[in-house]
Amino acid sequence: MSEQATSSWAAFQGWLYKKNVGGRLTTLMFFLPPALVLFTLFVFLPVSEAFYYSFFKWKGLSAISESGTFVGLKNYSQVLGHSVFHTAVLNTLKLIVVSLVVQLPIAMAIALMVAEQNRINAMFRLVYFLPFILADVVAGLIWRYVYDGDYGLVGQISRFFGGDGYYPLADRDMAFNAILLVVIWKYTGYHMMIYIAGLQGIPKDLLEAAKLDGANWWQTILRIKLPLIKHAIQLSVFFSIIGALQFFEMILPLTNGGPSNATHTIVTYLYQYGIVRMKVGFGSSVGVMLFVTCVLFAFMYQKYAMKRD
Amino acid sequence: MTLLTESASDNVVQKTKQNRRNPLSLGNTLRLAFLFASSAFVLIPFYATVMGGFKTTGELRTQPFALPQHWDLTYYKQILSDPTLWTMLGNSLLYSSLTIIFTMLIASMVAFTFSHIHFFGKKYAYSYLITGMMFPAAVAILSLFIKIRDFGLLDSTAGVVLPQIAFGLAMSVLFFKSFFEQLPKEIFEAAMVDGCGYTRFFFTIVLPLSTPILATVGVFLLVGSWNSYLMPLILLNSPDNYPWTLGLMQFRGQYNVEWNLVLGYITITIIPAIIFFLLAQRYIVAGLGQGAVKG
Repeated sequence: MSEQATSSWAAFQGWLYKKNVGGRLTTLMFFLPPALVLFTLFVFLPVSEAFYYSFFKWKGLSAISESGTFVGLKNYSQVLGHSVFHTAVLNTLKLIVVSLVVQLPIAMAIALMVAEQNRINAMFRLVYFLPFILADVVAGLIWRYVYDGDYGLVGQISRFFGGDGYYPLADRDMAFNAILLVVIWKYTGYHMMIYIAGLQGIPKDLLEAAKLDGANWWQTILRIKLPLIKHAIQLSVFFSIIGALQFFEMILPLTNGGPSNATHTIVTYLYQYGIVRMKVGFGSSVGVMLFVTCVLFAFMYQKYAMKRD
Repeated sequence: MTLLTESASDNVVQKTKQNRRNPLSLGNTLRLAFLFASSAFVLIPFYATVMGGFKTTGELRTQPFALPQHWDLTYYKQILSDPTLWTMLGNSLLYSSLTIIFTMLIASMVAFTFSHIHFFGKKYAYSYLITGMMFPAAVAILSLFIKIRDFGLLDSTAGVVLPQIAFGLAMSVLFFKSFFEQLPKEIFEAAMVDGCGYTRFFFTIVLPLSTPILATVGVFLLVGSWNSYLMPLILLNSPDNYPWTLGLMQFRGQYNVEWNLVLGYITITIIPAIIFFLLAQRYIVAGLGQGAVKG
């Protein structure tokens, strides 16, 4: 080895030693890769591959180079022209609107009623939050029973009024509304908790000052409480919309997309027409559209709605 | 830090409260009436479910609301003596614990490099991981299935757990990073002066100081993985490997009209969730609070 090489090797070693103070490089070498590798393998690659697969007609049985046929944008045009997909998108939009216009105001009203710390309020909070911890399939199954026109509570009520057993979930026009009620039942408590956390963070002297200035109950809420928990509201709106876009599991036990495909959402559509029939390309194109929607929404929301002032 | 100040502020609220509201005023009466009515709406489905497991199908049909005529334990016994129930609960426990342990370890390690070590491309690496929060696993579920199959991991524990870890990373990293950044800088400097390296600093000082956030993130991961349905549905084939959520749907398919058995099965599977919730509720509330106050 020449003298020059030796000295540059020594310089490199010195540089490395300096960079590795406190085991900095060694720590990075052990701490970074697990997360990055797992995320890349099981999140990033599948998402990228979904883009690729979405241009193929492929059942997924053998490698895509053998059994896949390139079809260009045909999957997308098929999905976009499918009337069931239209229903699914409409239902998802309906879910978003009902979440924002009905569910969040109810959650806020309850939060304002039970935000004060005392025994009885703590008990109410617990009750409202309870459904949130159930798995969606369990909530769906419980309400499948409640809505059963023969055995369930709805059956009992309709018999009480002298009718025959009524099955809201078998009624094309009612079924999705019935599902919306279950959503409200299950998720209102969660949004309530977010609001309560915000409300409890309001400085007490502000409320006292407002009271001294003669602000009434309604003014206090409108002018002080709501503006001050803006961040909690932004957060719960964000979660509502992302949650609605991926809403799926609860529908399987309730209606499984029926009757006559009236209650599909985007993800149940993906499940029914992509996964169950193992149409990898077709399903991936639905997944890609959902992905683009979610990411665009998240960026726009962060850029415009969550802007700090 | 909200965790520590919470109880103090509670007391203040209580004090200001006591001399304000007249318990018999019209407003308060209406408030309580609304709260009781809506609580009944929330609780009746639970009540009917638990009671349903004690009733015969005939009684269920005529008296879904009422208390059972006699407390018939046959159905609960039948469900509890079914070994597949226990296998599935065991499977769920296995998948959930592996998911939680590894997600927390991996996520806290990477969050520590983001919060305490400067390195090239840190911002990009962080944004890269965080995008995972913006979309549901469903968007890539078909390609994930193909990937797991190509790895030969279909129908295996690793095949279910690894994707769950990967999809749980984003949220956990976000929580951990913001917590680690709030740890006092002095501890870190003192440790470095004393010759404690990054790795040892992380395991002996940072992690023990982070129990509140570990508990919060752990609780959320547990609820998510204990209740997960879509991934096991796609990635597992044999009923022997099913978690309880798939088992419940299978059971429901098997006893389609015997609602009393299905309701009993539901009751048994929600009991652990409710007990766990009661034990862990302060961490759940703390987690939601952290999001709401700081974002």
